[in-house]
Amino acid sequence: MADPLVSIRDLRVAFHGLPALRGIDLDVAPGEAVGLVGESGCGKSVTWLAALGLLPRTAAVSGSVRLEGQELLAAAPSVLDRVRGGRIAMIFQDPASALNPVKRVGVQVAEALRLHRGMEGATAEAEVLRLFDQVGIPDAKRRIHIYPHEMSGGQNQRVMIAMALAGQPELLVADEPTTALDATIQAQILDLLRRLQQETGMALVLISHDLGVVAEMCRRVCVMYAGRIVEEAPSGELFAHPRHPYTQGLLAALPDMVGPRRRLEAIPGGVPEPWNMPPGCAFAPRCGHATPACDAGMPGFVPVGPHHQAACVHVQPATVPA
Amino acid sequence: MSLLSLEGVSRVYATRRGLFGTPVPVRAVDHISFSVAPGRTLGIVGESGCGKSTTGRVALGIERPSEGTVSFEGAAMPTPGTPEWRRLRARLQLVYQDPLGAMDRRLTVAAQVAEPLEIHGIGDKAERQDRVAALLRDVGLRADLAQRHPHELSGGQRQRAVLARALATDPALLVADEPVSALDVSIQAQVINMLTDLQEARGIAMLFISHDLKVVRQVSHEVAVMYLGRIVEQGDPEAIFADPLHPYSRALVSAIPVPGPRRIERIVLSGDPPNPADRPSGCAFHPRCALATASCRAEVPQLKPAADGRQVACHLVEAA
Ligand SMILES: Nc1ncnc2c1ncn2[C@@H]1O[C@H](COP(=O)(O)OP(=O)(O)OP(=O)(O)O)[C@@H](O)[C@H]1O
Ligand code: SF4
Ligand SMILES: [Mg+2]
Repeated sequence: MADPLVSIRDLRVAFHGLPALRGIDLDVAPGEAVGLVGESGCGKSVTWLAALGLLPRTAAVSGSVRLEGQELLAAAPSVLDRVRGGRIAMIFQDPASALNPVKRVGVQVAEALRLHRGMEGATAEAEVLRLFDQVGIPDAKRRIHIYPHEMSGGQNQRVMIAMALAGQPELLVADEPTTALDATIQAQILDLLRRLQQETGMALVLISHDLGVVAEMCRRVCVMYAGRIVEEAPSGELFAHPRHPYTQGLLAALPDMVGPRRRLEAIPGGVPEPWNMPPGCAFAPRCGHATPACDAGMPGFVPVGPHHQAACVHVQPATVPA
Repeated sequence: MSLLSLEGVSRVYATRRGLFGTPVPVRAVDHISFSVAPGRTLGIVGESGCGKSTTGRVALGIERPSEGTVSFEGAAMPTPGTPEWRRLRARLQLVYQDPLGAMDRRLTVAAQVAEPLEIHGIGDKAERQDRVAALLRDVGLRADLAQRHPHELSGGQRQRAVLARALATDPALLVADEPVSALDVSIQAQVINMLTDLQEARGIAMLFISHDLKVVRQVSHEVAVMYLGRIVEQGDPEAIFADPLHPYSRALVSAIPVPGPRRIERIVLSGDPPNPADRPSGCAFHPRCALATASCRAEVPQLKPAADGRQVACHLVEAA
């Protein structure tokens, strides 16, 4: 892999003494698309909120997050302000709440341009129009003057994306960007993100609970469970040959869109509570392959194929080194 | 024999455009007909605002249709609030997306499941206790959870508790409106399996409403695709999702992201779904349809039988 743009090492977060992230290692290369999947509460959002210094003070954060070698975790607020929305932009699940309801959408994008690129007046306005056009908002000249509530959910998400692009980011972190949208609108937005990534060459981290969404959008996928990454692989490989019992379980639990219907294989039980973490593998209480060895300690990553690794005591390492 | 049947049902609301605008009639549901037999599930899919939930409420008799008739076990649905309606209510139950909102935060799970039994005067105290224990067992809730309050349960456990309560009166029809949409995949599978098992054991008819096509395909014996208040395609779920005939169903099915190879090519629709208050002429889908012709703009296509016993409302799909 090329020198990483962002490199996260042993990132840990605890809220009120309870662990939410328990050691995340993740690299993002320039221009690549990485997916982060996992069930609600597994720490997908917290990973990036912590990386960008967006968690409340009550959060205890440790580890390292580097942007081309520059440490972000202990960085001064002025440094972080330049990184956020500049080199790294983030968009959130609910566009309506992320936009300011009492400001015209064009003004909000213009503010981002002033902040990150020092643009003012006519230059800024021309750039706002160009961005609206780039994200596929029709009739941009008129639309820049309206308020978020006058637009549909899909159009608001386009405005959010335009705002994220305003700082010409090298990395866009999209946290469930389409979860609140209807299926046909989701398809439009995913299409747009894919096109923008090609046009601008920015890297994309796509956070989603939807395995289908990340499979279609990302070359590489990380599966998270209870605050850790448990499997990482190229996306085709992950869905064809999942190796971690949790990933296998997730795929078996998902109804198919094609072929004969079969009874779903549900994963028994639920995710462990943060105050009740199993001593070793967090998946052990729900895992059909668990043995006492699984409780002995947190399983480390085992290479199981090219660029493919799984954190499970019982996976067989690849015979050829990856 | 069908248990529930809707015949030419419409539901019209008056909404104002702007603060002082004159009220305009909005057809949330427009001329739909279907029936559900005991032990069978009709899945209803479509995007937000297409009229899925309104259809569910009309089917339950909570709302009256503006046009058309709803019948239950061959007789017309009684007017809401009448004694006949109240008697029937026990046999028609609703489960929806937000289990926490459906529960009383101050009551234990056991008390909530017992409530409908008390309201409908079923059994004495001891019998009710036994019945509650059996219901909790049926939905797979551990006995010790019976004394917990809703906020002490996980999302999946709450949805099970809500189901136990809905099943308490032994309903003949269950309207499930996005019942698993708020749940994570692994928990969703547990609840889906439980629902289909219970349906089989008790012969319950179900109206299963969801925007999640994968889930609807999994649970339904028949499926109806809705667009702007009308059913545009209806038939066997495996057939419809493998080879949708209506251009809207094609776009909808093709929009679903799947891990692994896809069967039909992605069609990305332009534009937003239209506002029901501003219904396009002719086929409501025509402004977004790549195949639309002059007759699509002028004439409303009716549901007609097409291949493999399916019904499709599109001018360009050959009638069988
Ligand atoms: N500000 C906070 N204060 C306390 N706990 C928090 C806070 N933010 C997140 N958490 C906890 O951290 C854990 C991880 O949360 P996170 O939001 O990262 O999950 P997620 O994977 O993004 O889930 P979802 O799919 O629901 O968005 C959860 O247990 C959550 O309750
Ligand atoms: S380490 Fe053990 S419990 Fe964990 S996933 Fe592997 S087999 Fe299952
Ligand atoms: Mg999140």
